[in-house]
Amino acid sequence: MAKITFQDNNGKEQTIEISNGLSIMEGAVRAMVPGIDADCGGACSCATCMVYVPDDWRDRLPAKDANEEAMLQFCPHADERSRLSCQINVSDDLDGLRLSLPESQH
Amino acid sequence: MNESLVIIGAGHAAGQLAASLAQDGFKGAVTLVGEEPHPPYQRPPLSKKFLAGEVTLDRLYVRPPAFYDKSGVRLMLDTRAVAIDRSARTVVIDGGAALPYTTLVLATGSRPRALPLAGNDLDGVLYLRTVQDVQAIRARLAAGRRLVIVGGGYIGLELAAVAARQKLQVTVLEQAPRLMARGVGPIVSGFYERLHREEGVNVITGTAVSGFAGDDRVTHVVCGEARHEADLVVVGVGAAPNVELARDAGLAVEDGIVVDAQCRTADPAVYAVGDCTRRLHPMLDQNLRLESVHNALEQAKIAAASICGRPPPAMETPWFWSDQYDVKLQMAGLSGGHDTAIVRGSPDSGRSFAVFYLRDGVLIAVDAVNRMPEFMASKALIAARARPDPSRLGDERVAMKAFAV
Repeated sequence: MAKITFQDNNGKEQTIEISNGLSIMEGAVRAMVPGIDADCGGACSCATCMVYVPDDWRDRLPAKDANEEAMLQFCPHADERSRLSCQINVSDDLDGLRLSLPESQH
Repeated sequence: MNESLVIIGAGHAAGQLAASLAQDGFKGAVTLVGEEPHPPYQRPPLSKKFLAGEVTLDRLYVRPPAFYDKSGVRLMLDTRAVAIDRSARTVVIDGGAALPYTTLVLATGSRPRALPLAGNDLDGVLYLRTVQDVQAIRARLAAGRRLVIVGGGYIGLELAAVAARQKLQVTVLEQAPRLMARGVGPIVSGFYERLHREEGVNVITGTAVSGFAGDDRVTHVVCGEARHEADLVVVGVGAAPNVELARDAGLAVEDGIVVDAQCRTADPAVYAVGDCTRRLHPMLDQNLRLESVHNALEQAKIAAASICGRPPPAMETPWFWSDQYDVKLQMAGLSGGHDTAIVRGSPDSGRSFAVFYLRDGVLIAVDAVNRMPEFMASKALIAARARPDPSRLGDERVAMKAFAV
């Protein structure tokens, strides 16, 4: 279980608890966090669950695979802080993670 | 007057619509009427990870079951809508009760096309559309069994991939001369034939099934003179839109409920979204019916915005995907009517290449096989009606980033 905070493009914050084993995307969709579209349901096919990870957390997350890297290269609004939240599975280690959301997933 | 909105259907589009209405601040009462016992769930994993037993149903829900309660959406599951009375503005459900509406949204989806052939009611002849269908198929998948799949489209081939990995003896029978003929170009069809052969699947194209044989259980699939032994048959020969309710209510239907760009029918109180609709696609300039998750989600968001009086979200290039074995196929745009096909990478060896389709120099579609950069870049290029240099598109030394719009 991890408490994860999402900050939207206007600075509004929402903190939710996500069970271990779910992806961050699944937890966010279940909690109705606006701004995570996840059109493909977690198949790493659409890049509509992008989040920004702060510097101090970047190395503490499981590494990106080649697919995620490729999708992010072409994802609107993506930069070096970006991850696809469907590709990060939650564990206790992620407790306290703070993510920010892009202005749009499209 | 208090608004009351009724959604008929409880598939992907219906679930997204309920979510988008909540997000857009819809104040009226929402009732969702669905025939299946489950709240809206995602269908794509049914023929992939759910079939393989890698994910459970609770991870497929479009929104968690608690969402509906929390958002004031009344779920009427296991319930069939039997008629729409547009003059009284009611939906009649089985048992005869009438649900009044101020706005009605038809999200009735599609159903597998049935093969009206001898023996199609034998035990062991199955279709794949719902959770229940997959549970029935899964219960019969066991190593060594002979599975005959009728239809070499996405559903059939995704099933073939899962079954081949579970060591069944799999045969795919396709009537057309090539696999996935409706979805991809010939080069990609050829690749998938090789892929499935490499994985041990017996692929037979250009063969028409004439019937199923067996006493009470199916034992053979009959194709003219040929007979294919089968312990289990799954038929995946396309889908037909569920338009009967709309037609009976006097709404325009042409292989799909006719709607406009905002998902409105000719009746201002009635919308339709998802697989069951047909419309002039504003981006593709074609009159068509799309069967895809992207379309279901996009139309649901557009309809919700229209109902709530908000500006519609920007449209994206239609896109589709299919996962078979370790191969991810991502398609964007529609390749029909192309005059040029440009290949990047090799379809004849390995498992990674892309085909770009152009018409009059404009990129209109891509089929990308384990090629995410090609897919992602093309999606944007197609939307921009870009004219990328064909010789550079086919040149692996030119990074896809170089084509960015």
